[in-house]
Parts: sequence; structure tokens; C-alpha cells
Amino acid sequence: MDFNFTEEQTLLENMVTSFVRDNYPWEAREAIVKTEEGWKPENWSQFAELGLLGVPFAEEFGGLGGSVVDTMIVMEQFGKGLVVEPYMPSVVLAGGLISSLGSKEQVESIIPNIISGDVRYAFAHSEPQSRFDLFDVKTSAAVSGDDFILNGFKSVVFGGPIATHLIISARTSGDQRDTNGITLFLVDKKSEGLTLQNYPTIDEYRASEVVIENLKVSKDMVLGEVDNAYNAIDENIDRSTIAVCAEAVGILEVLKDATIDYCKNRKQFGQAIGKNQSIQHRLVDMMIEYEQSKSILYMACTSNLSDPTSRKKAVSAAKARIGKAIKYVGENAIQLHGGMGMVDEYLVSHYFKRATMLGVLFGNEDYHMKRFSDITQANVSKITDSNTSHIT
Amino acid sequence: MDTTFSTEDTKFQLEVRTFIDQNYPKSLRESINTKRKNGEELSRDDLTAWHKVLGAHNGWSAPGWPAKFGGAEFTPTQKYIFEQECARAECQYIIPFGINMCAPVIYTFGNEEQKAQHLPGILSGETFWCQGYSEPGSGSDLASLKTAAVKEGDHYIVNGQKTWTTLAQHADWIFCLVRTNPEAAKPQEGISFLLIDMKTPGISIRPIYLMDGTNEVNEVWFDNVKVPVENLIGTENQGWTYAKFLLAHERSGIAGVARSKKAIERIKQIAASEMSYGEPLIQDPAFIRKIADAELELTALEYTELRTLAKDSAGKGPGAESSILKIKGTDLQQRVTELAMEAVGYYANPHIGTSLSNEFVGPDYATNLSGTYFNFRKASIYGGSNEIQRNIIAKMVLGL
Repeated sequence: MDFNFTEEQTLLENMVTSFVRDNYPWEAREAIVKTEEGWKPENWSQFAELGLLGVPFAEEFGGLGGSVVDTMIVMEQFGKGLVVEPYMPSVVLAGGLISSLGSKEQVESIIPNIISGDVRYAFAHSEPQSRFDLFDVKTSAAVSGDDFILNGFKSVVFGGPIATHLIISARTSGDQRDTNGITLFLVDKKSEGLTLQNYPTIDEYRASEVVIENLKVSKDMVLGEVDNAYNAIDENIDRSTIAVCAEAVGILEVLKDATIDYCKNRKQFGQAIGKNQSIQHRLVDMMIEYEQSKSILYMACTSNLSDPTSRKKAVSAAKARIGKAIKYVGENAIQLHGGMGMVDEYLVSHYFKRATMLGVLFGNEDYHMKRFSDITQANVSKITDSNTSHIT
Repeated sequence: MDTTFSTEDTKFQLEVRTFIDQNYPKSLRESINTKRKNGEELSRDDLTAWHKVLGAHNGWSAPGWPAKFGGAEFTPTQKYIFEQECARAECQYIIPFGINMCAPVIYTFGNEEQKAQHLPGILSGETFWCQGYSEPGSGSDLASLKTAAVKEGDHYIVNGQKTWTTLAQHADWIFCLVRTNPEAAKPQEGISFLLIDMKTPGISIRPIYLMDGTNEVNEVWFDNVKVPVENLIGTENQGWTYAKFLLAHERSGIAGVARSKKAIERIKQIAASEMSYGEPLIQDPAFIRKIADAELELTALEYTELRTLAKDSAGKGPGAESSILKIKGTDLQQRVTELAMEAVGYYANPHIGTSLSNEFVGPDYATNLSGTYFNFRKASIYGGSNEIQRNIIAKMVLGL
């Protein structure tokens, strides 16, 4: 049992750390988020040059063959820098779906182009009514000769604005909330029948609403089997949720450290406010929330992700617990910064907003609490012995 | 990063499990179960029987001690496995005062004679130790303690009072913080660490009954108690250093993660056996949420403890970070005792074993769950209250 990074992982961490240090000083980030596009293509090219776009992909396609720990390392540092380029939606999630479901031809033709940065995919899946239920899909796909015709609406698609292609989920059979009957389609964003409304999010990232009207998709563009995409969606969203947790942990570290620093320097009544016990204890609790979040992230990264029950339990445990920490650390970071916490031009508000939105992404605390307890509270047997209970 | 067990670790797990299976005294299990139902307190034999079995087996009573002192010197992973297995089999816990608290001070700061005199008895479970730290006027502010030790020839004459002394009624020895220099510039600088034989004339014990009716703690009075100077640990007036070292050790063992985990399993079974709104309580969303909340916190704490252990094995002793384990570990122990009590509804009420009734009522599993809840309010108070732990982290880790 060990919690150390390998030599390669330490190198990876150093590389991402220096990328963030060199390319993401506060003013640089401000400049990026104020552009029309909301990202910097040069940064994406740098990701490609550094090999970051290939981290999770198999070596035979030019990837690094990295594990979930490697993705965690990248995302934690991206979190610390509030990197706005949509690495998780494009590389981890969309790339993950193509890797796990794609035919040999699809994988061979697409993955190397993702790694080189020439194409970017986004996963258009959630719908206004689905909230966090991954099986709730209304968008329909009907067979028409050698094509499918898709109609429907996809909401809050992260990475949509900068994507060159979309992976669209649609129902090919069954009822709106059946797990069976969901199919994925690879679609060029320029296709007729697709309309994207791009917008900035409150935390300065970008997303799209996607209107799908009689979109014609050839049968060759089906990703995986018809009707059978649900398990792969569930698994890849889980893996992406770990990436989200890692980004959040990076952010929590910044929020905690920035707040401790501020409380050491801000003077009122003739002394640093951090000399007050009420504030010290709050800072300690923020630090504990951060440490507990990091611990449960490590738990998720080292859990058995190939077993669905173990994977769901681990991922939901991590997301729910980190969701709770996000609120505590985030809200108190603002509170302890006082008025400075409220202003747009000081960094903590931006970290707080991003962390809060990550708390919602792929399911909030309540959703994952329920998903976790549906597993852990199932099949508990009654007591049949005559023993007293050793409770402590 | 890898949290799977190696082949050796898996083998060790099996070894521990088999050993417990074959060697945990059946009579002890029965004795404890019967006493609980009758509302009786555990005897010294109940408290030490398992310790003695482990002490006679490769130093397993002392997982953290170096092998040269007879300890098991487990790796962090082995410690973790050992605790898991003991909790899994609901083994009686090992009284920590000798093994986890006094012994590390003796083998780190004591002389050869002291090691030879005390370590074997602590290891085997023959000698029962208690801790003389708190005083009526010195709780969280431990350094203000007043119990005085004045050197006269080759003895210290000890006068004063200790309190909250856990299980002093069974103890053969007490390790004490005493004031040897009342004139020191800072209160911390005038304290010494003294080992005292409880049979020495002038020592008296008065029981304190807690709100669950048990005599777990005591007052210990010292009236002109003559203690040989050989019983001083280390250097006179350096006791505070040893006391702090001991507290850091105490905190790292205090989280009780494995036992809380086992307790949650039991609570779920209790909740499957109890009814609420016409359904098993385990289906009540409000109760489920509380259980799940505790499970998440415990999972996180388990990994926080593992991370701390990994750091310890890298050569850095338990630092102020161990305060996190104390705060969160005791918080969870309290939550778990609360959930267990809550699960049994009205059967939290009966208090059997008083002079008024010793006839058992209700389901066996509900026995004394409320007593345990009330008793465990102590956990956030002892070993340095959780507020003091936060002060320690604020100062030592956050630099505030």
C-alpha cells in the first residue's frame, strides 16, 4: 500500500504545474475568458505538444497509456490554475467514450487526431428533464434507409463551443427512462440539422444548448452497439467524475491556502484576524475538509473501477463527500475574505464559483448520496444472534 | 499509488484472522456479553485477557513497538490489517495506557533499567497502567498542573491530586506529570515525568461515577508519597517534551476507524431489524442519509489515516496532523453511538443492572446503546479536547 506517485507521474505533475505557472497567471486567464471564444487555441496546441491530450489513451494510438491517477494529476493542477480549456469534457469524457465503444476503424481514425489536437469532441447527452439521470433520454433516432434521423434537444453541453465534433446520445428504442435503447452517434458539428447556442457559464467556462432537427447520421457513425450505450456512458461519466473531483480538490487547496494567507495578513483591532480563535478553528475545519477530500479522491482513484458496483460506490462516495467540502471551504473562503471575497477582480470568488459548479457536474451531493446508499444499504440482513452490540 | 494488498499482506491478513479465530478466548466473549446484559462492569481479567494472549504471540499486543523491545513492529499496512481484523471479530480493545502511551516514552526517553523493569510487563499485559495527567484545575491547560514532587535524598515526595484517571482502580502503576520546579520561567519548564507504583503508601483512589452509571474514571490522591528517584524518566524538568511526544502517539491511535466501520455494519443490521413507518428502518430515507453521511466521512478518514501512516513510515513521526485523526475519529465514534441509540427507538430507555432492576428487557442488540451514547460524549473531551486539537493545528500546521 502506498500513496506515492511514480517517477513518470511526478514528471507529469511537474510538467502540468509549470504549464499552469507559465501560461495561467491571473491576467492571462482574464484575457482568455474575455475573448469571444473563451479559450486559447495555442494552449490546446501546447497540451498536444506536451502529450497531455494523450494521457488517458493507449500507447498504440500515440497516447501515454495513463491510469486514472495520471488523469487526476493533470486535473488537480488544472484546478489550481482554473484552466478553462475543456480538457475533461473533450479528452477524458468524449475521448473515453470513443476508446471504450469505438470500432477498430473509428478508434484508429479518431483517437490519434484527438491526441494531436486536430479534432475535439464534446458529449451532448444531458437534456432539460434528465437532471442527473444518465438513462433519461428523449432525443430520438429513427432508422431511415442507411441513416438515422435524429430529433431532440441537448442542454448545457460542456466543451460544445470549441468542439469540432459531437457525440450525441439518442433513443433508438424503449421508453424515455429505460436504460436499454440508448445509442451514441458521432457527428460533425457542421452537419445540417444541428444548431448550437453557445454561452458563457457563471464560472467563465463555455457551454452549448444543442437543437437537433432532422439530423441525418449515417449508420457507420454509430459509436458502439445500437441500443446498448448506457453502461459505457455510466462508466465514462464515472471516470470523468473522478477527474471533476480532482479538479475540485486542486481548487479547494487554493481556496484554503489563500484564505489562511489572507487571515495572516489582514489586520483589524490591531492584530491579524487569524489570531482570533473563532477564525483559527474555521480555518482548521477548512483544512480538514480539504484533507478529507483529498483522501476520498485517492480512495476513488485506487478503487476497483472495472467492477461496476465497486466503481459506482467509490465514485459516488468521493463526489458526495467532495461536494460537501466544496460548500464548506468555498463559502467560508468568501466569508473570511470579507468584502474582498465578493469582488470580481480578486481570485477567490472565481475559484469559489468554479468549485460550486463542479459540485453540480455529473450529480450533486444529494444525487451521489442516494446512489451510494442505494448500493450500501441494499441487502442488509436482520440480526439473528443474541449478542449485544459492540458499538465502539 | 496503490492500495491493494501485496501477496505478503494478504497472507498476513489470513494469519491474523486465523489466529483470532483460534485464540480469542470464547469465555471472554461470553463473559463480556453476559456482563453487558446484566449491566455489570468489566473486570480486570476481562480487560486484559486478550492482551495477554496477544502478548504471548510475537509481540502482537504491541503492533507499533520496535522488535528489539519485544514489539511486533508491524508495517503501516500490517497495522491497518491487524486493526481491521480485530474490529471485524469484535475483539476486546487493548487498554492503551501502557502499550500506546507509557511504553513509547519509556523506550524513547527511559534508561536501560527502566526499559528492563517495565516493558516486559506492559507487553505481556501483566502490569496494568493508568495515566496521571489531568488535575482538577488543569484540564486543557495541562501545563498548569500543581501535583508537586520535591526531591529529598534519593526520593521524590509527591503531594497533590490527579483526576479523570481511567481505570485507576485496576492499575499497578501510574505515569504522572508532576511539578518539580515551581519557580520555572514558564509553567512547561518545571514539569517532570514520573512512574509511580500504585501500592506506594499515601496513594488513595476515589471513584467517579459517570452519567451512564459506570466507574470508568477516578480521582487519585497523593499524600506524601515517596517515589524513588530512579523512577524519573529522562531529565528532571523536561517532562513536558515527553508529554507532548506521548500525546501525539495517543492521538494517532485514537481514530478508531476499523471499529466505527464495524459498528456501522451492525447499525445497518439493527436498522434492518427495527420497524419505522411500517417498513424496516433501513428503508427510511432520513435514517439512510445519516448512515451514508457517516460512512462517507469514515471512508475519507480511513484514507486520511492511511496517508498519515504512510508518512510515519517514511520516518516522520506522528505530527500535529494526527490531531485531524483525533477530531474526526472521535466525531465519528460519537455519531455512531448516536445512530445506534436512535435505531432502537424506545429500547434506548431501559437501564438494567442498577440496584433497582437487573432483569433484562428488550432485544439483545439494544443492550445499553444509550449508555454507550452518553459515555462517548467523553471522546471529544479527552486526550486534549477537540477545541485544543484545533488550536494545535492552527499553531503547528497553519502557522497562525
